[in-house]
Amino acid sequence: MNIARAVGIGLLAMCGLASGADYVSLPGGRFVSVLPQGSVPTATVPVEIAPFALRATPVTAGEYLAFVRAHPEWQRTRVPAVFADKRYLIDWRSATELADDGAAMRPQTSVSWFAAKAFCDSEGARLPSWLEWEYAAAADETRRDARADPAWRRRILAWYERPTAAVLPNVGGPPNAYDVRDLHGLVWEWVDDFNALFIAGDSRTQGDPDTLKFCGAGAINVIDRDSYAVLMRIALLSSLGAADTTSSLGFRCARPLDGAPP
Amino acid sequence: MMNPTPRLSRRDALLLFAATAAGLPVAARAAALGELPGDSIYQYRPLLTDQDGHGFDIASLRGGPVLVSMFYSSCEMVCPMIFETLHLTLKALPAADRERVRVLMVSFDPARDSVAVLKAKAEAHHCDARWTLARTDDASARKLAALLGVQYRRLASGEFNHSSTIELLDADGRIAARTGTLAAVDPALLKRLRAAVAAHA
Repeated sequence: MNIARAVGIGLLAMCGLASGADYVSLPGGRFVSVLPQGSVPTATVPVEIAPFALRATPVTAGEYLAFVRAHPEWQRTRVPAVFADKRYLIDWRSATELADDGAAMRPQTSVSWFAAKAFCDSEGARLPSWLEWEYAAAADETRRDARADPAWRRRILAWYERPTAAVLPNVGGPPNAYDVRDLHGLVWEWVDDFNALFIAGDSRTQGDPDTLKFCGAGAINVIDRDSYAVLMRIALLSSLGAADTTSSLGFRCARPLDGAPP
Repeated sequence: MMNPTPRLSRRDALLLFAATAAGLPVAARAAALGELPGDSIYQYRPLLTDQDGHGFDIASLRGGPVLVSMFYSSCEMVCPMIFETLHLTLKALPAADRERVRVLMVSFDPARDSVAVLKAKAEAHHCDARWTLARTDDASARKLAALLGVQYRRLASGEFNHSSTIELLDADGRIAARTGTLAAVDPALLKRLRAAVAAHA
């Protein structure tokens, strides 16, 4: 066990949660995002990530079922179209039954951003910010920031090249250095500020005669163009509307560490 | 998705007129309008505060066309152009029709856009009683932006990158048109606006 791992375990006190969901603590700290954070669109400015707690795994279908039973307004027959599209929970047998008996531990996908937020609200949590998600996902099994390792990059990239399985595997892949699981290799995940991730020069703005579509110091230019896997996440998230759902897009929740309101 | 898309029936329209004329509260008028369609952005009821410091219920806009946009007050380039575009669009309507259109501008910078700042902004841009400049908390601004398809991102400098669009909401709060044209009237938006006004004349 290396030192980083040992320190990580020391910080990994479980949060006391009424819901009993499995959250792990992340210490935060200085972090360099693949997205520029400074006022100059091309400048790499490290940001400070505050300590937070993150669900160890994506929210499962079983957990989501309990949520819609307690909050019937989020059942697929009741939710207004403005909050979730027609494919919301489409694989379920009915408004209150999962797809099949083996579904409970699979990640719940086909949920909109609004629905994911409502789920997290219901357990006193919120969706992670993009930076929190990216920070947690920079770790491999032993290192908190494995992003510079070409072998690791190739490994996660290999997942993105595979077509999504018809039936998703259960949650609970190998833990990373923070004890968070399934950040890569299982599903895409919503973040709270998904509609802050627009990228200059993407296909939606190219050729747009309206050059004033984005105001300010130019939209984001992505700095680390080698981080293809993470860039694909950003590209996907920035293309979505808040009511959209897809069969490979799930979510997990985050909470502040000190028990302060999320 | 689950609600049939209602056109305002003659009966509803009469009830609405009666409720409005009698000065009944918003809830009574909403009841007169019938069930809110599932694809109405008024399904979301953020706690907004207007430029006079009063609580503002977004669903109180139901019953007529609304031009809506999001902005922040310290934006020096594009945001003034949004105000200008809205004025130009309103001026393109006959005076009588103009009175039927409401304008809602919501700040995504609640830290700096206090009621006083919004008030000053409204005066600087000659916004009359048809205009509501509103603020809310960060999370609600993010949700409203998500509903409207507005993207924004706070920079370390305190400035924002943001998309600059104007949405037209129909009488039931459904997005009927959207434009990214600034400092000029978008003919497509104007056409839809005229139709929306005519539908509820």
